[in-house]
Amino acid sequence: MKKPPDTRPKDIHTISVLVANKPGVLVRVALVFARRAYNIDSLVVSPSVDPRFSRMTITAQGDPATLDQIIKQAGKLIDVIHVGEHRHEESIEKELALFKVKYKPTEKAGITQLLKRFHAHIIESTPATLIIEQTGPTEELDQLENTLKKYGILEMVRTGKVLITRGKEPT
Amino acid sequence: MTKTTEKKPMTGARALIRSLENHGVEYIFGLSGGAAMPIFDALVDSKIKLILVRHEQGATHMADGYARATGKPGVVLVTSGPGATNTVTGIMTAHMDSVPMIVLTGQTITSMLGKDAFQEADIAGITMPVVKHSCLIKNTNDIPRIVKEAFYISNTGRPGPVLLDLPKDVTSGPFTGPMLDPEMDLPGYKVPTICDKSDIIKMAKMFKGSRKPLLLIGHGAVIAHASKAIRDLAEKLRAPATNTLLGKGAFPETDRLSLGMLGMHGTAYANKALTMCDVILSIGSRWDDRINGNNQEFCLGAKKLHIDVDPAEIGKIVVPDAYCVGDARLIVEELVKHVEPLETEEWLRELDYLKKQYPLKYSHENGLTAQYVLHELYKVTEGKAVVTTDVGQHQMWAAQFYLTDYCDNWITSGGAGTMGFGFPAAIGAQFGRPKDLVVAIVGDGGFQMTLYELSTVFNHKLPVKVLIIDNKYLGMVRQWQELFFDNRLSGVDLEGNPDFVKLAEAYRIKGVHIHKVEHVRERLMEAIHYQGPCVIHAEVIKEDNVFPMIPAGKSAYHMIIERPKTKLEKPTGST
Repeated sequence: MKKPPDTRPKDIHTISVLVANKPGVLVRVALVFARRAYNIDSLVVSPSVDPRFSRMTITAQGDPATLDQIIKQAGKLIDVIHVGEHRHEESIEKELALFKVKYKPTEKAGITQLLKRFHAHIIESTPATLIIEQTGPTEELDQLENTLKKYGILEMVRTGKVLITRGKEPT
Repeated sequence: MTKTTEKKPMTGARALIRSLENHGVEYIFGLSGGAAMPIFDALVDSKIKLILVRHEQGATHMADGYARATGKPGVVLVTSGPGATNTVTGIMTAHMDSVPMIVLTGQTITSMLGKDAFQEADIAGITMPVVKHSCLIKNTNDIPRIVKEAFYISNTGRPGPVLLDLPKDVTSGPFTGPMLDPEMDLPGYKVPTICDKSDIIKMAKMFKGSRKPLLLIGHGAVIAHASKAIRDLAEKLRAPATNTLLGKGAFPETDRLSLGMLGMHGTAYANKALTMCDVILSIGSRWDDRINGNNQEFCLGAKKLHIDVDPAEIGKIVVPDAYCVGDARLIVEELVKHVEPLETEEWLRELDYLKKQYPLKYSHENGLTAQYVLHELYKVTEGKAVVTTDVGQHQMWAAQFYLTDYCDNWITSGGAGTMGFGFPAAIGAQFGRPKDLVVAIVGDGGFQMTLYELSTVFNHKLPVKVLIIDNKYLGMVRQWQELFFDNRLSGVDLEGNPDFVKLAEAYRIKGVHIHKVEHVRERLMEAIHYQGPCVIHAEVIKEDNVFPMIPAGKSAYHMIIERPKTKLEKPTGST
């Protein structure tokens, strides 16, 4: 199968922010990006092991010098405990996607084959639609999305990227 | 006013005022209103003095002036909604210049939050980009802890304003928590002290072999009280020093090693030194666009060194060859130990020559100039007054001609460029330094933005002097229109200004008028030696320009020393 062209912009960064669980902290972090006209592609806020803190995982695109300034400015926020950019090779990155796809009965076997290759599976099946779940690196989710387009994606929900650093190093 | 003496139950408001007392607050600058009534009520029983202002913007600039004159955070208390939004300009001004300030805003009751209650404004949301920190207090018992955190945050590291939003039910509700010494909960806040010694040694090595070193002194040096350490460094290195607008006073401007202020309207010799130096060390300056209009041409060939308490300033504009993050005083004290004297005699002679060749100057040819008035003010006050200014031409002339040898004596809105700042800031400074002479140098434009605080001055019998430099124009914009916009004047004409002496008299304040060169000295003396407040109305020539000038967006190589004969290109820099 021919690989679809990668249309994603190259300058994508993943930033992990550990924040105090206080009202408004999301706005404060978002403002640091918005003020410098830096677009946030995805943002995940989730609990951390310590109930006082939450974890934000942010993917954003733009030039590295501006990002460097954003990281420093975010680090200055009183409610930010720690902030850092993570390179691909130092961390494990995952994302979850749910696709609602329409299909004809004759196509089902082909779709099942396809999903095997992508480590994705069907979690609900109706006579006209399938809901497919896939977990994996963002790039693989993009590839499956492109492949499923020929059947017709009715809806798609993605969680946005989460990451954790490899080994003992804290995220 | 009647005070009841029976013991009152402890409320949030009383806990708040008690906390402020525990932090040594002497004055609160504020204006009352519905949502803040429990707090104003609690103030009746406190030794803290409430300075009732006429507009909330005035309160913030007073708190700012108080903070800069004393080094202690200024405290503002206002009500919700419009009372709170009127503080935004003053908060932004303090934020841009790293001034410690606590702003207490009343808020609607918590059950009405977000329901468009009367006088409800999301002030924490509105001010988020211009505060160091802010907090909506939802539990009465949290008040002492949050107040303690606010003071700690606002006046450590890089100082800044902290806003506390106080719903009326929280301040009127019963307080049952512990009052004394609450434990702070700030896991994300770290205050830099001194950096690694290896960073300092690396920086010291950068001076090796330098023949043309230059120290650039910024506001951070004032805030860190690094004057003595910087003096020691300059003397050991035999290096000259120049200061930013806000760095005035951290290195004595009358010293031989001082080149005065650099930048857009800095001295010619300071700006020429920028183009010639081989090492430049910024101590608490952020290389901003008033001194570095074009980063591509900034100090070409020179090694750039940077000391700053804020890690986000490192590399923001200038990428340094060596840097130290931490307290300027502690770092410079250590740096002095690791540097060796440099051979700079030739460099200093060259700079002395430039000082003689390109002095700051003015003439009486066309009548009374602002420069002369300010120079005379400098002489009659022996350079010892606490000076505040507004923003514009008078500010630049004041910076040029009112030399400052002392930290905390020069109070101006630098980063924000807030017109209307100077007069209320002088009021705050006078409350903080009651024994010192405080002079507000303001323009006719800026003064009219906050002149209503003449009431505050009168009511408190404050001996503040207000010197209005009246050229009947918004002069700096007019200067730009003349130089860059074919003299097409637009929105700058203030013809029809009030009679400022009569205006002062209407507020029962003494007024003095100056319009002739020969009157300047005598009338300034009269005003300065007057025991009470005094407004000095100096009518100066209308169409004078501030020089030297580096057009916005240009480097020091493009400095204009006097009125150009040919038309200039429109500047590329922002303003």
